[in-house]
Amino acid sequence: MTFDLILLQIFTGVALGSIFVLVALGLSLIFGLLTIVNFAHSQFFMLGAYVGVAVLGLTGNFWVALLAVPLIVGAIGMVCERVLIRPLYGRGIDYPLLLTFGLGLIILELVRIVAGTEGIPFNTPEGLTGAMDLGVFFFPKYRLFLIAVTALILVALWVFLEKTPFGLIIRAGARDPEIVQVLGVDVSKVWLIVFGIGTGLAALAGVLAAPIRGVFPEMGVPVLVEAFVVTVVGGMGSLLGAVIAGLAVGITLSMTSLFYPEMTTLSMFVLMAVVLIFRPRGLFGRAGVLD
Amino acid sequence: MLQVENLNAWYGRSHILQGIGFTVGQGEAVCLIGRNGAGKTTTLRTVMGLVARRTGAVRFKGEDIIGAPTHRRLGMGLAYVPEDRRIVRGLTVLENLRLGLVASPNRHKEAAVIDRIAETFPRLRERLHQAGDTLSGGEQQMLAIARALAADPEMIMLDEPSEGIMPVLVDEMFELFARLKREGLTILIVEQNVERALQLADRAYIVDQGEIVHSGLAADLMANPEIQEKYCAI
Repeated sequence: MTFDLILLQIFTGVALGSIFVLVALGLSLIFGLLTIVNFAHSQFFMLGAYVGVAVLGLTGNFWVALLAVPLIVGAIGMVCERVLIRPLYGRGIDYPLLLTFGLGLIILELVRIVAGTEGIPFNTPEGLTGAMDLGVFFFPKYRLFLIAVTALILVALWVFLEKTPFGLIIRAGARDPEIVQVLGVDVSKVWLIVFGIGTGLAALAGVLAAPIRGVFPEMGVPVLVEAFVVTVVGGMGSLLGAVIAGLAVGITLSMTSLFYPEMTTLSMFVLMAVVLIFRPRGLFGRAGVLD
Repeated sequence: MLQVENLNAWYGRSHILQGIGFTVGQGEAVCLIGRNGAGKTTTLRTVMGLVARRTGAVRFKGEDIIGAPTHRRLGMGLAYVPEDRRIVRGLTVLENLRLGLVASPNRHKEAAVIDRIAETFPRLRERLHQAGDTLSGGEQQMLAIARALAADPEMIMLDEPSEGIMPVLVDEMFELFARLKREGLTILIVEQNVERALQLADRAYIVDQGEIVHSGLAADLMANPEIQEKYCAI
């Protein structure tokens, strides 16, 4: 066991965690504002991969797909919010939970009907194949790209939330939607857009994960579990928590697979259990949300 | 400016407002007084559209807004400072002020408006980059008022502005209200501090058990301790 190998696994964990971060950010953003636990989130992830396949088939260009997928799936998400979820506001947390659970099943079945139950290959885009020499070890180029895109999205999201008027409304709306309305903001529009951003992020994660995880209708199923572990560890509704916990879960998985491969899947639940014992609200969660 | 007719409101099954009616003329200051639980706060919240189950008429500048969503009111010129101030946690003083601008017609002249606010509220100027919820109670109240004024409303509704605030700051605040009134702002104020409220107001309404039980000139009411005793004593 060499230092290089450990470092390599940490890098692998960060790349794996990048996907978790993107999925959990969307989930957390939606929960933070709309107080909706979106059980369909992982199916928007899967839908992102399939829309990616479709756009790639039409244009042959991965970059176009990368740009188009979050926009298309985000728009689908907004239609779902407007038509299905909005009538349930003010009725407690369980109504939208059941609805999104059902919505997820419907998306899954629709994809099975339209695209078939077999998996679809998704090649690593040209120019991102092979490995890059990082001095100490060779690392797959595509995974480096994954880390870079996630970092870019994080910076963009931070600037959007902290430096723009709309970001200010989102931050205030998460804390006190009533005063935001009193100050003239139509919060239902804010919720609509936030739901679009959240589902768009899930879809982006889906198309980014496609070359690594493959594209098949059930690809969202483990993601839902992983995303919930990440949000619970990081704290429901906390974006910083989603980032830190996403990376922590990724690294935990990759390190366990190095030292004790049989325990890999279990390791993230152990991490979650430990966090829940010592801090039920999650690392960065607000008091009163879940404890 | 504001005409309220036969206003009814419910929280769950309890019928809180039972046919409230009053008017506030342009440039006037009107106060609602009464015991705790009489329905004063609910009246303001219902005018703002924040109580889900409501009937009656709320005409603002002639337009019935009872069914309109809450957010439309600021754009029409009606601002509201709720009882508990509602300074948003995690936002700085400056960001709280900006929040008063983001959806207002003044959003494109942010710098000028913030400058003007800093002049009116020197206490806030020194604390622009401090977290809003670390201010003292009085400063938070000033911030809440400044935030509501950022949009240059024609009318402001104030709920218990003096509650839990040092007397010195209460003086300062009521001087500000008097000045705003002279400058043409229409004011509807709910206040436990009856004497202060009556000094500021032109007219007053006494609310009891969800109804208006008395109305008159503020000066007359001030000279009538029996009525004050009957409806406002705790």
